[in-house]
Amino acid sequence: MRRYLARKLLIYILTFFIAATLDWLLPRLVPGNPIEQLLSKIELQPGTYNATYKLYMHSFGFDRPWWKQYLSFWTALFHGNLGVSIYDFPKPVTSVIADYVLFTLALLIPAILLAYYAGNKVGAMAARRKSLDNTVLPVGYLLTATAYPWLALLLAFLLAAGGIGHFFPLSGGFAFGILPNWDWTFIWSLVTHWFLPFLTLFLVAFGGWAIGMRNLIIYELESDYTHYLEALGAPIRLVRKYAYRNAMLPQLTGLALQLGVIVGGAIVTEVTFAYPGLGYLVFQAVGNDDYFLLQGIFLFIILGVLAANFIVDIVYVIVDPRTRVGISGA
Amino acid sequence: MTVLGTDEAYADRGAPVAGAGAGAPKRRRFEFLYFALRNKKLIIGLSVVLLFVLFAIFGPLFVQHSLTTYGPPRRPPSASYPFGTDYFGLDVFTQFVYGLRESLLVGLIGGCGATVIGMTLGFISGYKGGLIDEGLNVLCNVELTIPGLVLLILIAGFLHHTSPLIEGLLIAGTTWTWSMRAIRAQTFSLVSRDFVGLARLSGEKSRSIIVREIAPNMSSYLFLVFILLFGGSILVAASFDFLGLGPAGGMSLGIMMMNAADWSALPLHTWWWFVPPGAAITCVVGGLYLANVGLDEVFNPKLREL
Repeated sequence: MRRYLARKLLIYILTFFIAATLDWLLPRLVPGNPIEQLLSKIELQPGTYNATYKLYMHSFGFDRPWWKQYLSFWTALFHGNLGVSIYDFPKPVTSVIADYVLFTLALLIPAILLAYYAGNKVGAMAARRKSLDNTVLPVGYLLTATAYPWLALLLAFLLAAGGIGHFFPLSGGFAFGILPNWDWTFIWSLVTHWFLPFLTLFLVAFGGWAIGMRNLIIYELESDYTHYLEALGAPIRLVRKYAYRNAMLPQLTGLALQLGVIVGGAIVTEVTFAYPGLGYLVFQAVGNDDYFLLQGIFLFIILGVLAANFIVDIVYVIVDPRTRVGISGA
Repeated sequence: MTVLGTDEAYADRGAPVAGAGAGAPKRRRFEFLYFALRNKKLIIGLSVVLLFVLFAIFGPLFVQHSLTTYGPPRRPPSASYPFGTDYFGLDVFTQFVYGLRESLLVGLIGGCGATVIGMTLGFISGYKGGLIDEGLNVLCNVELTIPGLVLLILIAGFLHHTSPLIEGLLIAGTTWTWSMRAIRAQTFSLVSRDFVGLARLSGEKSRSIIVREIAPNMSSYLFLVFILLFGGSILVAASFDFLGLGPAGGMSLGIMMMNAADWSALPLHTWWWFVPPGAAITCVVGGLYLANVGLDEVFNPKLREL
């Protein structure tokens, strides 16, 4: 078990290292540096361009040798210093992120967990009943084949903009004109604004889990241990219980693999609903050429995904005894 | 998630057509055709995809208005504007035809690119084993952990100008990971077989063993991988374009949805602007996934419903 977790941890540290290096390297690789782009937007007195350019290059440290820049990047990172946001000037990037991250977590955690739970249950039921399977399978495939922005637009149109009714607000994290304050009107406003983005993320992920579980159960029910149990005369409930448990392992691996996709989906969904989470912030950062903010959010999302991955690993150790005795199961 | 990664199940099942031998290649082909024509999922899925591909190729012949001809704004679908007009009075049908072309093209570039990367790294990793395998595996795990779309946004944020080709390649660069894992697992199971050992003994070079002995024995599997990556790339491209990072000045299904969202299609109830592009994506990708399941049943005798 220790070897398994240590190996995983090593990969996570390496991932963070590579992600951070990418974060540092990308703006330096791409033609046309950010300073040039910044300066191209302001009108300067003729003849002052070179001097201003030099000044900026110097104050951002771009004129130092690359390894010094790289080292100071890491030093700043370990001090929790991600620079100053341009979009929300002069706030530090970390505190801008802190303002938005709770909304994203409130969206992602329930969507991921509920879709995973419901999808697995419904998928297992579909593998059992042909009548249910005939609806779950096509609906599941349609949902996984749906682009996040489209489902978000469709739900917003039908349920918020009046396609069917005005049941939910169209955009934002809470209603305009209410001050954030822990009373029931504010909480209710939060919940109604939260629901449609949540539903979008939930539905797409749900389809994938349901199909995955259905296929895995059918596959497990054809394996040797199933036939052996059946030959022993075990009740069908017991057989299915074992099949479900065995099918859970690849689904759990799948959960770790899907995290990135769901985070990507959350970005698009938040943008559609103007929901004030990290995805919306990323969008603002791109639109405003706020590179520090963009880099900061990237690192922050990586950290979040790594933490979630590690939690999945620990659950895996609990669920799969093979990882505990050193036979690698994952 | 089995839709996009049956790799575990596959690894256990062994290569779908491995050990086909040189017996009767002709009969096998007819056998595949026999089962392919009787597989409803394959027929339906493939027909839907083909329909959209044909539409993308020949669609411009049916277009009545150009991409920049302004008509009456915000008109619902009618005879002269089959999909209605947008906020500015541009024909939505025209945008749809050209958008579909670009979305399919980007998806194809992304799918091909990702398959090539996944195949190359998967073959090398699975065939060579040892340190090379270890290194490539770590690389794959690192890429798997970094959310693809977020990395794409970071790159696009700095890049500023993209073309369909660059967009497709960027998508390929972030989606190849699971295919490499799956192909690596398949290669592992083939490498230990006698015919590969024989090829080694006879002094064939690694490259030609991979190309001539291993790849043909999992060609059907590689095709399945390509189909899934093709569909996945279309979905990623839609999100990417929707965020406004797509090719500037181009038209794609994602860009249509972005424009609709930006120009108040929701409060103005101009649903005909954003429903067709998203529906087309769902149909094409759903068709690809369905065809994938059908093909899997055709190639793998164990899955056939007789």
